[in-house]
Amino acid sequence: MSAVLEVRNLVKEYPGLTAVAGISFSVDEGSCFGMLGPNGAGKTTAMEIMEGIRSASSGEILYRGKPIGADFRNEAGMQFQSTALQDHLTVRESLQLFRGFYKHGADLDELIETCSLEQLLNRDNRKLSGGQRQRLLLAIALVNDPKILFLDEPTTGLDPQARRNFWDLIEKIKQRRTTVLLTTHYMDEAYILCDTIAIMDHGKFIAHGSPESLLKEHFSDVIIELPREDFRVPPASLPWTIHEKIDSVEISVASVSEALAKLLELGVGIDRIRIRPRNLEDLFLELTGTELRA
Amino acid sequence: MIARILSILHARNIEFLRDRSALGWNILLPVLLVLGMGAIFSGDGRAMFKVAVLQQAELVDLTAHPFLQTRFIDFYAVSDLDDALAKLSRHQMDMLISPAAEPPQYWINESAPKGYMLEKLIAGTGSSDFSRGTVSGTAIRYVDWLLPGILGMNMMFSCLFGVGYVVVRYRKNGFLKRLKATPLTPFEFLTAQVLSRLVLIMGVTAMVFAGTSYLIDFKMSGSYLALFVVATLGATCLISTGLLVAVRTASEELAGGLLNMISWPMMLLSGVWFSLEGTPQYVQNIAGLFPLTALLKAARNIMLDGAGLAEVMPQVSQLAAMTIVLLAIGAWLFRWQED
Repeated sequence: MSAVLEVRNLVKEYPGLTAVAGISFSVDEGSCFGMLGPNGAGKTTAMEIMEGIRSASSGEILYRGKPIGADFRNEAGMQFQSTALQDHLTVRESLQLFRGFYKHGADLDELIETCSLEQLLNRDNRKLSGGQRQRLLLAIALVNDPKILFLDEPTTGLDPQARRNFWDLIEKIKQRRTTVLLTTHYMDEAYILCDTIAIMDHGKFIAHGSPESLLKEHFSDVIIELPREDFRVPPASLPWTIHEKIDSVEISVASVSEALAKLLELGVGIDRIRIRPRNLEDLFLELTGTELRA
Repeated sequence: MIARILSILHARNIEFLRDRSALGWNILLPVLLVLGMGAIFSGDGRAMFKVAVLQQAELVDLTAHPFLQTRFIDFYAVSDLDDALAKLSRHQMDMLISPAAEPPQYWINESAPKGYMLEKLIAGTGSSDFSRGTVSGTAIRYVDWLLPGILGMNMMFSCLFGVGYVVVRYRKNGFLKRLKATPLTPFEFLTAQVLSRLVLIMGVTAMVFAGTSYLIDFKMSGSYLALFVVATLGATCLISTGLLVAVRTASEELAGGLLNMISWPMMLLSGVWFSLEGTPQYVQNIAGLFPLTALLKAARNIMLDGAGLAEVMPQVSQLAAMTIVLLAIGAWLFRWQED
């Protein structure tokens, strides 16, 4: 696989703020790259620089080995975090407007079918629900049949059905070998869609790799979760890291069988325990901390 | 490039036409103004008389003749006799006097009631030494004179706010940012905005022109082609002015303030409501820089005096030159969004 996008030491400074503090990575053709991070981590700024919407303070971005040029806009599809469309236009007219900007592009009927917009074509685009609107914005991002697609928090604010529906859409797009870059707050979304992820905080990548390799690299344990009332042992007497929550207790253990034997020996009821592997959310919180971001 | 311009042009036209309240207001306002102003002013309720004094000095020496001390008359100096007589015939002044001539002389327009009144006033000051001159001109009602002003003013507001506000709103809500992500260039975008507003404003103005003509049968002496050229250029120039306000800002409040700052002086000083005759020279110099002044001067020359395109060439050239300069600066300064 060859790198379709290469970012080298990208920096974006505003007066009194370094939004992007030197990130470097490359994205392979046909893969999906996800940037995760708390609010204000610099994900959107970094993405908008890659899209050519903002300028970088320093650093280099190469698309197919060359600096971003005029061709890039014809080959890239973009969906911003919040996009206003022109008032008073229907879904079909909005699609036609954007299709008119490109010489070559997707067949509109096909696109309408892919994004399930058939029933909405004559609706004023201001009267769409959140999920419908995101599908229209995705269709607009795909109107030029892009080789590379940028999605900035595409499922934020959507209900669970709409999110799953959106993931299916992205899977379809990935099958066409379109390279996808996305930012998200949802760890499950990143885990399902992305081949490579980067966790970003304070403008820097603090972890970068495939979801599986990152989990393997950072965690060797699994979590045993049990209701608080079942756990009547003084935590200090146990050899594990224990995280007490309001209703439950999370025990981090290296070996489940040893841990269960020990718990039984101490007389802890294990009928209601749950065992889960470490997930991206654990990794995210471990790396970025749990305190609330402004 | 053409396809991209047509795409955005088409979408903008749909947006405008579907915004029924704005469209209705764009048509209704000028009709109401013409009817209202026509009703108020056709009786000529203004108390002030305008008397031009033929002399070389800029300030009128009010002691030169007892008549010049009459109150409630606006005396102002003019230096060119032929020009002044032409204005008298068009009712842009009520009387012309030359107190320094030997013997002193006055001219009135025989079709003007105010001229008759002023003649009686002169007689009342005991100034029997004046010799009498007259001009005649087809009576131009105030409403004939006002109509080009109203249409021009409506054009100005529509061009300035219609384009300026729309672009600022697009920038504020992020639509311009989305357009930046496409191959559309600022030049293509701005061209489409100018064309869209131009077509719409010319259509609306033509409709109002035809409707008003049916309702109050105003004077139209010159060529429709010349008027069309002048109106098109004037509108393009005003749209370019509006775009210049909107090249950077994403604040509707700031844009509104700037547009008001541009439109109010034009509305007051471009000769929409009253002739600038008799105002200080510096006021006329400033007003001369406004696109609306050139537009109205040319339109009135065509409509009231039957001027052809050749005769309004100075205004046509001024509007064309200003348009090119304003558009060039606009395209150069334009930003889709703050970086």
